Amino acid sequence: MNPIALAERLLQLIPVLFGISAIVFSMMALTPGDPVDVMLGDSLATPAQRAAMRQDMGLDLPMHERFLRFLGNAVQGEFGTSFHHRRPVADVIAERIPATIELTLAAMLLALAIGVPLGVLAAVRRDGWFDRLATVATLLGVSMPGFWFGILAILIFSVTLGLFPVAGRIGYSSEVPFVTGMLLVDTLVAGKPKAFLEALRHLALPATTLGLAMAALLARVTRSAMIDALRQDYIVFAEAKGLSRARIVLRHALKNALIPTVTVAAIETGTLLGGNMIVETVFGWPGLGRLVVEAIFTRNYPIVQAAVLLYAVTYVLLNLVADILYTMLNPRVRL
Amino acid sequence: MSALAAAAPETRFAAGLHALRANRAAMLSLLIVAGFAVLALLAPWIAPHDPTEGDLLRRLQPPAWMEGGEAAYPLGCDALGRDILSRLIHGTRVSMSIGVAVVLAATAIGALLGLLAGYLRGGFDVAISRVVDVLLGFPYLIFAIGLMAVMGPGLANIVLVLVIKEWVMPCRVVRAETLAAREMDYVEAARALGETTAHILFREILPNILSTLLVVATFRMAAIIIIEASLSFLGLGVQPPAASWGSMIADGRQFMLDAWWVSTLPGLAILALVLAINIASQGMRDAFDPGLRA
Repeated sequence: MNPIALAERLLQLIPVLFGISAIVFSMMALTPGDPVDVMLGDSLATPAQRAAMRQDMGLDLPMHERFLRFLGNAVQGEFGTSFHHRRPVADVIAERIPATIELTLAAMLLALAIGVPLGVLAAVRRDGWFDRLATVATLLGVSMPGFWFGILAILIFSVTLGLFPVAGRIGYSSEVPFVTGMLLVDTLVAGKPKAFLEALRHLALPATTLGLAMAALLARVTRSAMIDALRQDYIVFAEAKGLSRARIVLRHALKNALIPTVTVAAIETGTLLGGNMIVETVFGWPGLGRLVVEAIFTRNYPIVQAAVLLYAVTYVLLNLVADILYTMLNPRVRL
Repeated sequence: MSALAAAAPETRFAAGLHALRANRAAMLSLLIVAGFAVLALLAPWIAPHDPTEGDLLRRLQPPAWMEGGEAAYPLGCDALGRDILSRLIHGTRVSMSIGVAVVLAATAIGALLGLLAGYLRGGFDVAISRVVDVLLGFPYLIFAIGLMAVMGPGLANIVLVLVIKEWVMPCRVVRAETLAAREMDYVEAARALGETTAHILFREILPNILSTLLVVATFRMAAIIIIEASLSFLGLGVQPPAASWGSMIADGRQFMLDAWWVSTLPGLAILALVLAINIASQGMRDAFDPGLRA
């Protein structure tokens, strides 16, 4: 992508990000109930104290000024104080992010590891028994409600077979010094293989639950891109040159077939972030998704507001990354 | 353009129907979806028991084929002694009515705005496209969860929240199709004949993109049923004591060890309906839009 196209694409982000912030702001501004009352609860604060607090939080200002203040603060990563934790929202959220990133990355790696080979094989053996089987499996994968699959997985693999822990990220006995917050990395850095394995066992079921639906989607995308690539002239040419089938499939066709797969994978990481809320709730995974769900039920609106904004901005940026990847991998497309 | 595609819209649609009828998996799936629809429509007359009245003596009673089950409660009872079969049947009503209502409203709104944006272009197109971009900027479930948290749970709110986000999908498809149709001969001809914009939009362009719209609508309905179940599972959807598949799964979670049927059966119901819709939708896409077939 040339610098001018990139700059244009970045400029296009501005109205989108502005619109997203406006929606997130109005979501919370329209919420019934006064945040000050929620924060103070039934405490004995006098009306004057409540008014002072309201003024302090800028709640007495007109809507547009409150929005500008919200925008200004948001740009600086300032989202106020969590009602429940009595600490800055940014700190509470920052603590939870590594767990969510770890789970999302693991799920995406698993989805690529399963989905791409499945799609390639199904395309190569098009309309054969493997293709049919893969079609059924991917249809099941995209039709399965993730939270239900997670509950069944806990029942079968954790409770009945005892193979995996029921919830959490690591046992209480393991102490891991904080480096990245991602336990798989931190345990290795600290040189604790036992703790690493324990973290891996905790991660296995939630990552599988989250990753399987994505694997099904990626398999479908890879399959159709691969079928398309195998029809191209350069494949016919390679066959005419007498190259081996394996070489043609892996070296020539796959390289091009992967372009849509990589793009979809980047975009769908945003969907994984949404799926996190469900999977983290089912598996008691202490990430951002579970924090948001808890915050909704305790009416902890600053957390909800900041997290929804964070998710949306991440999603928009992932889309940008997908676009850039697409042009880099496919020089014929000029944005 | 092939001879088939150049034929009159009725014939192309008929050809699609013919191809669809030959697809056994798709026809079977349509039959299953129709079966669910009948259950949903006739729920109060079909369900053997009251879905909200429990009998605590039957708390977590197993299905009829297990020890301790009885034929009058074929799929057993939940933690409040309510008949699971009856709750599943009434849950079908919730899932299908939300799915149909959201898809119908979103398709109507999205198609109208997409037609206008694609045909008129200019400022209106820019405005609609910006709104679409912003709404696409939110991951689906996060948008729904955020807005449901603000508006409060309930059937009408779920439909409203999902429509606010969902119309974007048909709108994008219709806009793109309209942009292409705008340059085609039949639209040019209608314009030359002095037809009104409304006539061109609804009598010329819309019938030509109807089959695409139908495929998108069925495919999205499957997604919406899962999203509704997810919201209800989190407690942000349909409120108790009303039966929804998602909340039934959530209710059964804590009894999973002693009474697997409480959570497992509603999940199977979701899987069956969503799978049937997906297969039917894929069959329709193959039949009506052979160009889209991989």
